Amino acid sequence: MSDTTISVRNLYKVFGDDPANAMKLVRDGVSKGELLERTGHVIGLSDINMQIERRQIQVVMGLSGSGKSTLIRHLNRLIDPTEGEIEIDGQDIMAYGEKDLLKFRRHNISMVFQRFALFPHRTVLENIGFGLGTQQRPKDEIKNRALRWIDRVGLSGYEDYFPSQLSGGMQQRVGLARALATDAEILLMDEAFSALDPLIRAEMQTILLDLQEELHKTIVFITHDLDEALHIGDRIAILRDGEIIQDDDPQNIIMKPADDYVADFMKDINRSRVVRARSIMTKLRGTETGPKINAAMILEDVAQVMGKTPNKASIVVNKQGDPVGRLTIAGVIKGMARPDSTGTRIT
Amino acid sequence: METWLLEFPQMSQDALRAIKRGIDKGYLSFSRTYGADIEAVFEPVLYFLVWFEKLLLNAPWWLIILVIVGITWFAARRWTLVLGVAAALLLIGYFGMWENTMRTMAMILVCTLLAILIGIPIGILMSRSDRTQSTVLPVLDVMQTMPSFVYLIPVVMLLGIGKVPGLLAVVIYAIPPVIRLTNLGIRLVDREVLEAGDAFGTSKWQKLYDIQIPLAMPTIMAGINQTIMMALAMVVIASMIGVKGLGQPVLQAVTNQYFALGLFNGLAVVALAIIFDRVTQSWGHRMQTYRQGMGDE
Ligand SMILES: Nc1ncnc2c1ncn2[C@@H]1O[C@H](COP(=O)(O)OP(=O)(O)O)[C@@H](O)[C@H]1O
Ligand SMILES: [Mg+2]
Repeated sequence: MSDTTISVRNLYKVFGDDPANAMKLVRDGVSKGELLERTGHVIGLSDINMQIERRQIQVVMGLSGSGKSTLIRHLNRLIDPTEGEIEIDGQDIMAYGEKDLLKFRRHNISMVFQRFALFPHRTVLENIGFGLGTQQRPKDEIKNRALRWIDRVGLSGYEDYFPSQLSGGMQQRVGLARALATDAEILLMDEAFSALDPLIRAEMQTILLDLQEELHKTIVFITHDLDEALHIGDRIAILRDGEIIQDDDPQNIIMKPADDYVADFMKDINRSRVVRARSIMTKLRGTETGPKINAAMILEDVAQVMGKTPNKASIVVNKQGDPVGRLTIAGVIKGMARPDSTGTRIT
Repeated sequence: METWLLEFPQMSQDALRAIKRGIDKGYLSFSRTYGADIEAVFEPVLYFLVWFEKLLLNAPWWLIILVIVGITWFAARRWTLVLGVAAALLLIGYFGMWENTMRTMAMILVCTLLAILIGIPIGILMSRSDRTQSTVLPVLDVMQTMPSFVYLIPVVMLLGIGKVPGLLAVVIYAIPPVIRLTNLGIRLVDREVLEAGDAFGTSKWQKLYDIQIPLAMPTIMAGINQTIMMALAMVVIASMIGVKGLGQPVLQAVTNQYFALGLFNGLAVVALAIIFDRVTQSWGHRMQTYRQGMGDE
């Protein structure tokens, strides 16, 4: 089911006093560094094209300063583009006037922030009910729904606490509940878990995936962390200096990085935990038999299964159980190694 | 040597006199033309001030003390402060300064109220535009460094002697802190929190009422506190233009060299200052307990 919610076309953002003029140079292909030197303008985003599918988690990944925050803020128009089109649910959001924009932000899109950005003078309950307040719902309803979300993110008992009294992980649960409480279909998360300790971060990822299982939101998730991107993303876009280098299925990103920059990202990951059987399987050979392996299985688990049987090859099956390919021990080992065709560096 | 090197080359006495006279005349004719209108504008304020003063003067003293003590408790929730306030008020009454204290208190409260009503909107406007800020700030600087006596002159010329000119002088003198700190407080609100507000679709007014003003409130309270202190100082000076209260005995004491009279009334002013200061400060403090992670109490 391919159904686009967010469609971004030829989006440019130039920061500075006279972006319209600087745009001319950008269109002529002047680089980020050169533009800065010649005009003092900063290229935030350059010719971004993205189609984000409904009910998917689209990850946007890139180093600090690559334009991730700038990009995500265009989707709810906290930042307006210098040039380009943004369509959401078939609507040109750039055409929205003041009123439409407020309505759009109240009902259709919500956001979770890197440094939580909770309202410090409001309690947990009031923070979570904030979006419902701007939707001007009756007080009772706000309270009941906020209480439900507090429960969902595991903060029951903390209703009357202020944000400063909570740990970082708990604060971001409030941030998540605040964003979900408005029932908006689109959820923007700008490095929402980056400020958290690794353990808490993993916990938050699990909470998010559990919620997504049931809510099926369209989520744009920003991170600079590849493990997080691979864990969460249905699709990953990689951003460098304001340009999208690769926007692909996670397995493709691992197996076929578009260039050295992307390959460089991959070099430290534990491939046995992220590469899936379907990404490295080869064609079936006639009537071979062997242990059955799920196509979505990670190599670590494949190795576990194959280590226990004398068979040379195992059979990869899809969800329905139909055989779709084969995988040998040698193939598994090869899959765990860095691909040497692209940008491999021995470090 | 040339004479202008030895003596400052002044403008001629005649020219200077002409300028001063010109200004005075211009202002005088302005006040003749508009004085009555301006007084009419202040009519409701005067009415309120008189009503409030009567209320304080006619209510039984113990009731007033109870009310003030109650407000102190509500604002500060500290027994020591409550006891101190009660003791100060009892002493003031015992030393025969109750009526004047009530008059001064009425004046201060009305002046502060007026300063808040005018000052906070100006501060909000300033916080929204750098242009407004850069025009208003120098005016405030001048207002705050101008010797307070100077305010009395145009006010008296305009409105004569009495409550309304006194009120006007006090408000003008005391208003800068509340404007300044409202502006500052709103400008200091965390940008990320404002962005979160935007992301959830708050309108400008919602943002002002639900986010900016509440978060700026401790700073605004500090401004109100300073405004009260300045109003108190000015009320004493305004006794020179007929404002009744604790200032008048002080003025009398200065002209007649009554040291004890001056001292007692001066101490009453100090007591009032401390009461106002502590109560507003602890209230401001209590408003930001959420920042310290201590909960509501
Ligand atoms: N308001 C701004 N004015 C000027 N430059 C900006 C502004 N916001 C972002 N930038 C620049 O745009 C680039 C992308 O920034 P950002 O989107 O914050 O990156 P990321 O979120 O990936 O770290 C950076 O070079 C940054 O300096
Ligand atoms: Mg960022």
